[in-house]
Formats: sequence, structure tokens, C-alpha cells
Amino acid sequence: MENKSLISITDFTTDEILRILELAEGFEKTPEPHILDGKVVATLFFEPSTRTRLSFESAVNRMGGRVIGFSDPNISSVSKGETLKDTIRIVSNYCDLIVMRHPLEGSSRYASEVATVPVVNAGDGANQHPTQTLLDMYSIKKTQGRLDNIDIFMVGDLKYGRTVHSLLQAMSPFSPTFHFVSHPKLRLPDEYKTFLDSKGVKYYEHEQFSDLIPEADIIYMTRVQRERFSDLMEYEKTKDVYVLRNSMLEKAKPTMKILHPLPRINEINQDVDQSPKAYYFEQARNGVFARQAVITYLLGLKR
Amino acid sequence: MEKKELKVNAIKDGTVIDHIPAKDLFKVIRILGLDRIETPVTFGTNLDSKKFGKKGIIKVADRFFKDNDINKIALIAPMANLNIIRNYEVEEKRPVELPATIKGICKCMNPKCITNSEPMTTKFDVISGDAVSHNVSLKCFYCGKVTDHDHIEII
Repeated sequence: MENKSLISITDFTTDEILRILELAEGFEKTPEPHILDGKVVATLFFEPSTRTRLSFESAVNRMGGRVIGFSDPNISSVSKGETLKDTIRIVSNYCDLIVMRHPLEGSSRYASEVATVPVVNAGDGANQHPTQTLLDMYSIKKTQGRLDNIDIFMVGDLKYGRTVHSLLQAMSPFSPTFHFVSHPKLRLPDEYKTFLDSKGVKYYEHEQFSDLIPEADIIYMTRVQRERFSDLMEYEKTKDVYVLRNSMLEKAKPTMKILHPLPRINEINQDVDQSPKAYYFEQARNGVFARQAVITYLLGLKR
Repeated sequence: MEKKELKVNAIKDGTVIDHIPAKDLFKVIRILGLDRIETPVTFGTNLDSKKFGKKGIIKVADRFFKDNDINKIALIAPMANLNIIRNYEVEEKRPVELPATIKGICKCMNPKCITNSEPMTTKFDVISGDAVSHNVSLKCFYCGKVTDHDHIEII
């Protein structure tokens, strides 16, 4: 079999996604401290992302594997002008699996073509970050007890937010209802609405959401980046509309959970943190289990 | 006496490319490198056409195009026809065909795409245009971004 990589969430079938979630649950319940004994995973971070790198490295360490790699391309051969292809070919000789993050879009797909070991995309520019989607789904399943018929609110930057785009694609087979809440300038692009229409998925668009919170099972908050607005006045005026505060949660369902891919700036007020509905820190913890699942799955290791 | 039409360019062997949108004629000439070849080339433009209003036509003597070149034509002029001429006879007449995917030929318009910084071959899924404009666009296999017809740049 050709060596299998995870570059985009659409590389996995729905059955494979369910398998990953099942494996992640297994790792959470029963740690497997030796399943990666003797294995080496390379984490190649061509741009810094401490959180994501630590999550992957924690996943490998918890399974007894060893990690090599770099977190700063300035001290690697990349700064000497080596091509990505050469770097990947060489590193393929040193490890059993490559985790990579790169500022250029499509870089991971290309790496998976030249690598002789599986590649896991840990973010390629604004393009894809599939393990984030898997940990989001794992968090939804874990907190709601199911993936089917979930009412998901997506709030913030729906235009550029890759986590939003990947999550809605991956959730679409499970009959969700989406509520998209954003400034008109940051609305979900038409291609994703067309996609949802083609799958018969229900969705609604809103510019405000405080009155609608009681309907939500999941509120998925995202960061609105100031750079997205050419008019900073407009950014200042609108940014507070998309901030979640504890006082807004009074009528929410008791089982409702708030997710965020992190880092957050001010879109979730600090006073939400003490609410039992705040789930974003546990969500990050789930990322380790999801990444353990992906790594063992791609390496074909049996639990 | 009956006035005869002047047939300047009946070719013995070669290729006639017909039904090129007039505005894209010079693009096609450049893409095929016809501005740099040694064999006789004749072209006409702004000729009346039922399909386009105005069309262009190119006749290239002693040259037969490879598939890769034909793909290039299809991206710019998807309605073009190729006539292969041997010994003054039309040996074969066929429309250019839009391939489902293309390798090389074009650049991805996304400046942050890996294909624009790594010495590698581009790859695209070809998205055919609507029935009116026939404008083709290209979806990059690597970054997923769509390069629309107006931004297609030939390498």
C-alpha cells in the first residue's frame, strides 16, 4: 500500500474519521506508553507554532516514541536555501513519520508526494490543519455523547477561518444545523454554502447571536483578526458584537459547550472561563489524544 | 468575370487552428511559440463567426502539435478546432479537448502557493466554464485555490 498521509480532512473517509475518534477515546481511557517504542517522529516547523508542536510532541512522548526536528527554520538548512523536497527526502531517512507546519499553502501535499514516510499536516499557511478538525470533532462527540443532529454556532471570522471550513465539511455527514454568526465582511464564502446545500445541511446566517444562544449545543468561537479589516474604525465598532460573555449564557442548554481553536484574544471574555460551559482548555487536551490516534493510525499500529 | 477569392494560405502539410476567439488570437500565437518558428505561418483575425462574432484562424505549415501543446490551446480557446493537413487534404478534424487535469503549462495565481517557490511542476484540476463564456478556470492540486480564466498565466 502507498504510504498514507493526512494533509486535508477530506483525505479521510467518514468511516476513517470515526475510527480516529474511537482510537482517541481509547488513548484517553487507556494510555499506551510503549506503542511507539523504537519509533522516531520528526516535527518540522518551518514557521513557529509552539502550541501545535508541543501537542504533537506530547502525543509522541506519551506513546514512548522519540522526537527529532526543528521549531525555527532559521537555524536549519532551510535558511541555506535548500528546497523543501530535499529537506523532506533527507528527513524521510531519519524517521518513521513527519509532522510538518509550513507557511506556504500546498507545501504539505507536496511533501507527502516526495516523502517515503507518512506526513501529517500541522498547518500549511491558510490552507488546512486537519488534526484541529479531528480534535474539534472528538470534543463535540465527547461532550454531547454523539455527533448526529448537533446545533453548531460558528462565530467570528467565517471567511478566512480554515478551522471553520474544515469542521463544517467534516460534520456535514452527521445532519448538523449550522448557525453562522459574523460581520457581513467575514461571512462564510459561497463555495461552502454551495457545499452545504449539496449535502442538504441546514444553515442560517446571523449578524448577532445573543438571543439565539439557547438553541446551541456547541458554540465554536474564532478569532477576528484586525488585519482582515481595511477600515480599522469598522473593526473597532464591530469587534464587541462577536464577544462572548458569561452573562449571555444564562439561558443556554445545560449541556452546551464553548469551543475555540485558540489562541483567543478578546472574543471570549475572561469571565466565561469559570463557566462549566467553557470547554476550550479541555479541547486543547483532547488534541493530544486525537494526534495519538492519527499517528498510530497512519503508522498502521494495532491497539 | 467572376471575382476569385484569394487563397493565400492553402498549406500542403501542417495544422490549421480555427475558431479561436479573435481577442485571444495573439495569446494563442505566443503560447504556441509561433512568433519564434521558422516555418511559414499565416493568420487571420476579426473574421466573421457565428459562434464568437469575430474569430481568428492560424495556419502553420509543416508542424503537427503534441498533446501538451493542444492542452495549452484548450485553456485559452476551448472551442478551437484543429485540422491536420497532409498533402492538401484534411486528414483529421477535431475540436481541442479540455483535459480533466493539467500538469505544468500554467502558474497558480496564489502567491503563497508552494508551487511558486519550489522548483516543481504545477498540477491543476480543470473546471470548465459555463455554456456562454466557456471560460476555463484551474483549481490548484496543492493549495486548492482557483485561478480564474483572466489570471491564467502560461509558464
